Amino acid sequence: MATAAVSTERKNYLNAEYGIRSWLLTTDHKRIALLYLLSITFFFFVGGFFALLIRLELLTPAGDLMTADMYNKAFTMHGQIMVFFFLIPSIPAVLGNFLIPMMIGAKDLAFPRINLLSWYIYIVAGGLYLYCLATGGVDTGWTFYTPYSSLFSNTHVVEAGLSIFIVGFSSILTGLNFVVTVHRMRAPGMTWSRLPLFVWSHYATSIIMLLGTPVIAITLLLVVLERTLNLGIFDPSRGGDPVLFQHLFWFYSHPAVYIMILPSMAVISEIVPCFSRKRVFGYSFVAASSIAIAAIGFLVWAHHMFVAGISLYSALVFSFLSFLVAVPSAVKVFNWTATMYKGSISFSTPMLYAFGFIGLFTIGGLTGLFLATLGVDVHVHDTYFVIAHFHYVMVGGAVMGYLGGMHFWWPKISGRMYPEGWGRLAAMIVFIGFNLTFFPQFVVGYLGMPRRYWQYPPEFQVYNVLSTAGASILAVGYLLPMVYLLWSLRYGKPAPDNPWQATGLEWKTASPPPTFNFEETPVVTWEAYEYETMPLPDEVTLER
Amino acid sequence: MAEHMEHVEHSEHIGSSGFYWLIWAILIAATFLTAWIATIDLGAINTVVALIIATCKASIVVLFFMHVKYTSEKMTKAVLIAAVFWLILMLVLSLADYSTRYAG
Amino acid sequence: MSDRAGTGESPLVLEHEDRPELRHHFADVVQQRNAASLGMWWFLGTEIMFFGGMFCGYLIYRRAYFPEFAAGSISLNLLAGTLNTAVLICSSLTVALAVRASQLGKRKQLVNLLLATIFFGVCFLVVKGFEWRKEYTEHHIPTFYFDTQDMAQKSPNLHIDPQHAKIFFSLYFALTGVHALHMIVGIGIFSVITFMAWRGRFTPEYHTPVEIAGLYWHFVDIVWIYLFPLLYLIDRRPGA
Repeated sequence: MATAAVSTERKNYLNAEYGIRSWLLTTDHKRIALLYLLSITFFFFVGGFFALLIRLELLTPAGDLMTADMYNKAFTMHGQIMVFFFLIPSIPAVLGNFLIPMMIGAKDLAFPRINLLSWYIYIVAGGLYLYCLATGGVDTGWTFYTPYSSLFSNTHVVEAGLSIFIVGFSSILTGLNFVVTVHRMRAPGMTWSRLPLFVWSHYATSIIMLLGTPVIAITLLLVVLERTLNLGIFDPSRGGDPVLFQHLFWFYSHPAVYIMILPSMAVISEIVPCFSRKRVFGYSFVAASSIAIAAIGFLVWAHHMFVAGISLYSALVFSFLSFLVAVPSAVKVFNWTATMYKGSISFSTPMLYAFGFIGLFTIGGLTGLFLATLGVDVHVHDTYFVIAHFHYVMVGGAVMGYLGGMHFWWPKISGRMYPEGWGRLAAMIVFIGFNLTFFPQFVVGYLGMPRRYWQYPPEFQVYNVLSTAGASILAVGYLLPMVYLLWSLRYGKPAPDNPWQATGLEWKTASPPPTFNFEETPVVTWEAYEYETMPLPDEVTLER
Repeated sequence: MAEHMEHVEHSEHIGSSGFYWLIWAILIAATFLTAWIATIDLGAINTVVALIIATCKASIVVLFFMHVKYTSEKMTKAVLIAAVFWLILMLVLSLADYSTRYAG
Repeated sequence: MSDRAGTGESPLVLEHEDRPELRHHFADVVQQRNAASLGMWWFLGTEIMFFGGMFCGYLIYRRAYFPEFAAGSISLNLLAGTLNTAVLICSSLTVALAVRASQLGKRKQLVNLLLATIFFGVCFLVVKGFEWRKEYTEHHIPTFYFDTQDMAQKSPNLHIDPQHAKIFFSLYFALTGVHALHMIVGIGIFSVITFMAWRGRFTPEYHTPVEIAGLYWHFVDIVWIYLFPLLYLIDRRPGA
């Protein structure tokens, strides 16, 4: 009845060709998106495994589960894997790849073979990192600070550094593809002001990828050269400058956090109008705010270095600029909220994730302002306050957006509906687990617990226990979608073309779409979020 | 209408070979000029002059050899300006730290 | 004529059949060419930032250790540097003439100019090789035995801390090394382009690979145009 009807009859990108070669040599952006989905999910679990080790160790004040050196490796590899192999690629390489051509009415990205190449570069880099892991790992902290990383560490810094150098090119090529695609491949009538905000945000993300990633590439290369050739450019005892490393490292790594959050904001900008049945409030402001975040995001990097020895005057300038960068983010939050105002809200799974995002990102963002304040930062720098801040934006923000997006577009990607009841349950478990994990970290960080320490004073234990308990709940919340999304591939209800009655060209093709996306190139004559002309979604698609 | 429709190039600019040789001559001359000027004592201005000459040479290569002077593509110029501007941003803001520290 | 997509199928289908180099996801060759061009310009933008990181390091250290940078610069062979700059300028000329030849459909001239470009590129690398060898014999390569006595002799007025001089040379080799790598890649790309040209793959209607490769080559030339004064001309005043 339900399962047999659709997939065997109509040709789509999934059944167009069979066999492993048709997947490994594909140039179809949708298949490449799925290749990325598998890879980043794998690395999410590897990074998550290290998180598990960390939280287990921190259950007790004493360093009793592992040695200090092992703990250093655990938090280093957790950070590097999550940042470089999960968060940075996640939404752009999966949802961006899949959706951008369709959203602009194109048959594929501008450079399909380079798209495939970027995935292979990711795989090679990932393989090298796994090799580093298997042969003993790296313990420098995800930030590779010198001279520890360039001179003193006895771990596999070179392999880790080279692997991140390589994966950077995957990111650069993805960004290149997106920018050229948006400029050159839009369908007739798809003007810049009619683009979905998802595309605007990914465009801004791509600019950051293109202009920022090369800097960390050359920086890590210099560290590798320093280590292998014994150069001394970052060794203070030989006239080298560790702060120079930090300048170069953070010049990329701060904008990198906007690479991680902008795509998530892109998703929220699509979910909120759909489940409010209302056009986005202030479209041009939201679009411009993406560009502003990308631009201003490049001007704030030294706020990671306030206590590293930079001059007070430059610290003041960077502090001021860091306050400034909060403004466009706030614009987005206000506009999403205004979109919901007097809208017809439905609490579907994607919308639950969007609500979670808006609340948690706001908390994370506001605590960023605490950190941007020079005086406060002196007190909370390198404490769990910082860790809580960035996990609120990265996990409470970026990952929630990723999960919301995966659910929202799941019917389009797979041709199946996921079970809505389980979706909502998982979203709530994630929300509760997340807050229990990370809110206590704000408190214990403010009370003085340092980051990257594997033992701590006993008075901090209760917070750590709460945090670890929360992490176990969060883990359940992450595992559930894995189970029911996979289940839905076989047993889920076949999805109609547009189950949510959403606007956007991707919803005008079949679910799943044919290989070349559209039977005929669309000609666009309407604005982006004309929800007033759309019918309401079927009761059936939103039921438990 | 979509952007690319405005930039359909019906003919590319084809430079004359004589013109390219002229550009070559200017670049070679500038090279020897910059090497020679470096041997004259102008104090701190030496560096400024050398960089100005280098920038002139680079601009000539960009405008004439890379055809930026003749392209109707706004994006080409936008990308170039953006990348150069970003580089300058990185250099200036880093320098802002080092040059405002206390001596020693 | 180069009517954009959407309405009629037949003009597109015809164009895809006429032009085998036109890939399926593009509507027409103009779109394909403009995409390739923008893609290469963005890639060059990333390269500006890639080299830029090293320029940033250079800038900071030159301010901090000017005497050693000046002495290091003086120890470099000015003639070799100037010659190499001229060689690359010649190669940029041959590239520009090659693109012109491809625009005019002059196959033989195109192949000859591409070969000339490769020749100049190899000349550059050969001269560079000799320069590096000289650095080795003068003990200026940081990873081997490093000695600044000859520098101190050449620049008696400058106080040279060997460790700071090592930083100059680390940056020298990093900058010229990464540049040389880009040259090698460029020569590889041009070898492929030359082969394709020889086989008659380029016409006045389709010569995008020649243009794109040319853009890359010119960029590598421009990097050297900046490296030359920054490395060789730090302080060449008599008596310095």
